[in-house]
Amino acid sequence: MNGWIRLGEVAHARSGDKGNHANIGVIAFTAAGYEYLQSALTAEMVAQHFAAWRPRGVDRFLLPGIQAMNFVLYDILAGGASRSLRTDTQGKVLAPSLLSLWLPEPPELAIMRK
Amino acid sequence: MSTISVKRSPEILRIGNGAGYWGDNLDAPRRLAEVGRLDYLTLEYLAELTLSILAHLRSRDLEAGFVGDVPTVVESLIPALKSQAELKIVTNGGGMNPTACVRAVAKVLEAAGLGAVPIAAVAGDDLLPRLRDLQAAGETLENFDTGEPMTAEILGRLASANAYLGATGIVEALQRGARVVVTGRVADASLTVGPAVHEFGWTWNDWQRLAAASVAGHLIECGAQATGGMYSGWSSALSLDNLGYPLVEMSADGRFTLTKPTGTGGAVTFDTVSEQLVYEIRDPAHYLTPDVDADFSQVSLTETGPDRVLVQHARGNPAPPQLKVSMAYRDGYMAAGTLVVYGPDATVRARTCGDLILSRLRQAGIELARTKIECLGSGMVVPDAWHVPPGQPAQLGGSASTVTEVVLRVSAHDPSKAKLERFLREFAPLAGAGTPGVTGYTGPRPSPYPVFAYWPTTISRQHVQPTVEVHTASEWLKSSADGSVHA
Repeated sequence: MNGWIRLGEVAHARSGDKGNHANIGVIAFTAAGYEYLQSALTAEMVAQHFAAWRPRGVDRFLLPGIQAMNFVLYDILAGGASRSLRTDTQGKVLAPSLLSLWLPEPPELAIMRK
Repeated sequence: MSTISVKRSPEILRIGNGAGYWGDNLDAPRRLAEVGRLDYLTLEYLAELTLSILAHLRSRDLEAGFVGDVPTVVESLIPALKSQAELKIVTNGGGMNPTACVRAVAKVLEAAGLGAVPIAAVAGDDLLPRLRDLQAAGETLENFDTGEPMTAEILGRLASANAYLGATGIVEALQRGARVVVTGRVADASLTVGPAVHEFGWTWNDWQRLAAASVAGHLIECGAQATGGMYSGWSSALSLDNLGYPLVEMSADGRFTLTKPTGTGGAVTFDTVSEQLVYEIRDPAHYLTPDVDADFSQVSLTETGPDRVLVQHARGNPAPPQLKVSMAYRDGYMAAGTLVVYGPDATVRARTCGDLILSRLRQAGIELARTKIECLGSGMVVPDAWHVPPGQPAQLGGSASTVTEVVLRVSAHDPSKAKLERFLREFAPLAGAGTPGVTGYTGPRPSPYPVFAYWPTTISRQHVQPTVEVHTASEWLKSSADGSVHA
């Protein structure tokens, strides 16, 4: 797919729940990738990726110590572990889903891969 | 079972965690203790809603309400406890009934000839009997996620209300000589903070070190999730069979190395540990525990050898004035059933079968409060809106129309258990009265289960004091026999 990459080519991730909210921690493989993602992977894009699940909002926090960013997705779990009727009550698959997100291919892709 | 002869270094404290949740691998604690040369084995069992389930069990049986895995695991640890004089156990598996859990553990220990082992029960987290008094003292108990005010109606349906205790009760228990510490709702990270404070003699305002130990606790509290479990970069080379559980080697200044026993599967690398650092956090600059307001944002991870990661640069600020309280209220019942649907148009067939279940119920005069139909395998577990790159035509591969087998899952939530039992009866008829290609209906019919809705709140920490009781295993059993101490 010329011109596009999957997020998973430059980062790895893990997701989980806090009540009815979920978080997705995204860790860049390299410093260059972390720099790229700070402009390429915004809270708005994450909200759009999961629009079908209607999060009330998405915040992004940075962890420069490990070149990571943490997305908090509010009220995305349809009731959370206790009340959600979904199979994935705790948002465990949000991270693998986000890693499939398409991003514009950065010119320096070679130094962003693992 | 080999006897551990390696001398422990007084400068380095070794804390391992052998359980990440209720239901985690029963053999992991024993395997970790056998080869981990641990000073402390922690066992973390309480998720947000575990206490409400335990409260439900206690409401039926006054000697229940703790995590039943605890005595089973302690029994498996008997050889390690006998051969390793330094080994201590700290667990929050006491749940809603730490003293009953202690008695179950005491029974196991005494039967093994370890009746002299001192066991502590740490409680004081259960606020349910005190909520009216706390309200009278000005606590509003509003839901801190939604901002909703507490109502008399919700209050009347509460099944559990537990403050998150910090490490102070654990430290007191250890100072009074406990070798096994069983607690109620102690914060996950505090299971690690307690032994560190006790061994190193840190003060309760040593925020940097308390933060460092909280990072250690956070990293190991979910067991194998720090050592290769759940890791995004999984490959078969990771050898999840015989997965090693995590341990930290901590120095008195709070720096620590995360590792796992040699010869075990999994991996401890920058990648596996960084994924756990970001697991289930909100603002990384303010990871709040009852012990400290910890800042993860500058934490660094350095691989220093095979399966060894040095963790440093945590920062701490004074502990928050408010304590988190997990409450849960009874909210009816839920039930779910599944069928497998096969065929060239499996997704359409499955959707039709799901609709049939609900329409036949309506014909029988039954409306359920909430229902959901999932066609698993057709891309419904999580919406896949970005299946192709932006601007590209949709591909056929993996789209719902080409899937030839789907798991149909229909779930429902309703105040009436009887209605849900009737709902679950509608799956089997689809074997003969549904679309072609329906299978997967054998096995016992599932049952409705009670729902405990989550209501997180905070209260001023002045209202919560941990209680600590320490006796030998034999003394605990005597006290239960005459009923005078723990009636």
